[in-house]
Amino acid sequence: MSTDAALPLRRPAPRGRLGAGLRALAGRAAPVLTVVLVLVAAWYAAAVAMNADGQRQAFERAGTADAGWRAFVAGTWAQGHPRLPAPHQVAAEIAHSVLDVSPTSKRSLAFHAAVTLQATALGFLLGAAVGFALSLLVVHVPSLDRGLMPWIVASQAVPIVALAPMIVVILAQVSVTGLLPKAAIAAYLSFFPVAVGMAKGLRSPEPSHVDLLRTYSASRWQALRVLRLPASLPFLFASLKVGVAASLVGTVVAEVTKSEDGGLGARLLAGSYYGQTVQIWAALVVASACGAALVGLVAAVEAAVLRRMGAGR
Amino acid sequence: MTAPQWCGCAALWLGAWALVEFIVRRGPRRGWAGRAAAVAVPAIFGATLLFWWEAIVRGLGVPAVILPPPSAIAARIAASPGLLAADFAQTMKGLAAGYIAGCGGGALVALAIDRVPFLQRGLLPLGTFASALPVVGVAPIMVMWFGFDWPSKAAVVAAMTFFPMLVNCDAGLRATTALDRDLMSTWAAPYGMALRKMRLPAALPFVFNGLKLCTTLALIGAVVAEFFGTPIVGMGFRINAEVGRMNIDTVWATITVAALSGTLLYGLVALVERRATFWHPSFRGRRS
Repeated sequence: MSTDAALPLRRPAPRGRLGAGLRALAGRAAPVLTVVLVLVAAWYAAAVAMNADGQRQAFERAGTADAGWRAFVAGTWAQGHPRLPAPHQVAAEIAHSVLDVSPTSKRSLAFHAAVTLQATALGFLLGAAVGFALSLLVVHVPSLDRGLMPWIVASQAVPIVALAPMIVVILAQVSVTGLLPKAAIAAYLSFFPVAVGMAKGLRSPEPSHVDLLRTYSASRWQALRVLRLPASLPFLFASLKVGVAASLVGTVVAEVTKSEDGGLGARLLAGSYYGQTVQIWAALVVASACGAALVGLVAAVEAAVLRRMGAGR
Repeated sequence: MTAPQWCGCAALWLGAWALVEFIVRRGPRRGWAGRAAAVAVPAIFGATLLFWWEAIVRGLGVPAVILPPPSAIAARIAASPGLLAADFAQTMKGLAAGYIAGCGGGALVALAIDRVPFLQRGLLPLGTFASALPVVGVAPIMVMWFGFDWPSKAAVVAAMTFFPMLVNCDAGLRATTALDRDLMSTWAAPYGMALRKMRLPAALPFVFNGLKLCTTLALIGAVVAEFFGTPIVGMGFRINAEVGRMNIDTVWATITVAALSGTLLYGLVALVERRATFWHPSFRGRRS
C-alpha cells in the first residue's frame, strides 16, 4: 500500500527483542494495574463508608455494638443487602450463579448472558448491514447525501432507547416476539456509527487515486472493489467497534422494558425491584465483560483482516 | 384509499424527488441561496417521509395503537402542552446537572492527569475500555443510592459522560505538535501561559467533539434512568407508562419532544463550537 511512507518510523528494538518487548509490556501494564488496584481499594473503602449505617443498626439489633472495628469492617463487606457490595461479594455471586447453577436454569447468569448476546449479535449484524448499505447509497447518490445524511445524523439526537418500550409493544401487536424486537433496538443503535464511519471511509481515497481509476475507465463497481472498499477498512472496523458496544447497550435497555424473556437487563430490573444489590452488580460486571469481549472479538477480526491485506506487520 | 389517490401520492413523491435532484445538481451553492438549498433538501426529504407515513397509515387503515399518523401526534402535542412541558423540565433537570458534572469532571481530570504521565498511561486505557461497557446499567444502582428524583438521573448522566469527555479532552491536550511546543519554550512561556494561549485553543475541536457526543449519551442516560423509577413525571416515565396504557399517540408526542430537545442540545453545542473554533479548517472551508 502507498501509505507506507506516511507511517511513523519505528524505533529499532534495542538488543534482545524479547526483553524489550517485555519491558514495553511492563511499562504499559504497570500504570494500568496501579490505577486498577487503587480503584479496587477505593471500592472497598467506599463499601465500608456506604454500608456503615446499616452495619451499625445490625450490630445494635444483635446487641454487639462494641464488637470492635475489625468485626465492623468485616461486617460491612459481608452484608446480605448492602448499599454497595464489596468486590469479592460480586465475584462470589458471579461464580455461584455461573458455576453452581445449571446453565439452562433461569437463575444462571450464563443463561441470561447468552440471551443478551444472541440479541446483541443479531441486532449488530442487522445494524451493520443497514449501515453499510446506507453508506454505499450516500456515497454514490448525491441527492441522498444531501437529503438523507442530515436525517441520519438527527436520528442520533433522538434518545433511541426511549423508543424501546414502544418498539417492543408495536412489534408484539404484529406478532413479532422473541429475539427480534430486542435485536431491532440493538440494530437501531448500531447502524449509525457504521453508516457514518463507512461513508467517511469510502470517501477517504485520495482524489488522485480516484482519477487514476477514471483514466483506466473503471466502472463504479470496480472502483468500489479495488479502491474504495480496501481504503475504508480501517474506518469500518473502528465504527464496528463502536457499533457493537452500542448494540449491547440497546439490547440491555430493551431487556429492561421486555423482561419476561430474561437477559442481563432483566436481571438488572429484577435486582432493582427486590433490592438485590449484589445481583445488580453481578449482572453489570457480566454485561461489561460481554461488551469487552465483543469489542475484543471485532479487534481480533480487524487484526486478522489487516494482516491478510499486508497492512499489519 | 383508491387507486387514483395512490397514483396522486406517487406523483407527488416523484415530483419531490425530481425537485431534490434539481437542487442538488443545478441549484445554487454559494451565498444565502446556497444555504437555503442546503436546508431545503433535507427538509423536502423529511416532508416526503412524513407525507408517506400519513398516507400509508390512513390508506391501509393501520390501527392507531400500532402507529398513529403524524397529524394525530401533532394534535396530541397541541392538546397537552402542560404535561409535556412538565416531563421535559423534570428530565432536563437531571440531564443538565449530570452533563455539567460529568463533562466538567472529565475535562478537569484530563487537565490534572496531563501533568502526570503515569496517571495518563494508567487512566486512558481504562477510559477506552469504559467505552465498550454498558454504563447505562448503573441506573438501578443510582436510583437506589440517590432516590427517585432528579439527582439519581444526574448521577447516571455524569457516569455516562465522564470517560468519553476525559478521553476526548486528553486527545485535545495532546493535539499540539512538537514544533508548537518548541516555539512556546523559546519564548520561555510558563506552563499556564502555554496552556492558555496554545494548548487549550488547539484542544477545542476535540473538546467540542466530546461535548457533542455527550449530549446524545446524556439524553439516553436521563431517559433510561427514569425507567427504573421516578416521581410520576419525566419523559422516560411518560413513555414507559403510556405504552402500558396503550396511549401510543402520547408516547409519540413525548418522543417528538425528546427528539427535538436532543436536536436542540446538539445544535446549541454545534453553534457554540462554530463561534469558538471559527478558525478551524472545517469551518473556514465551508464559507468559500
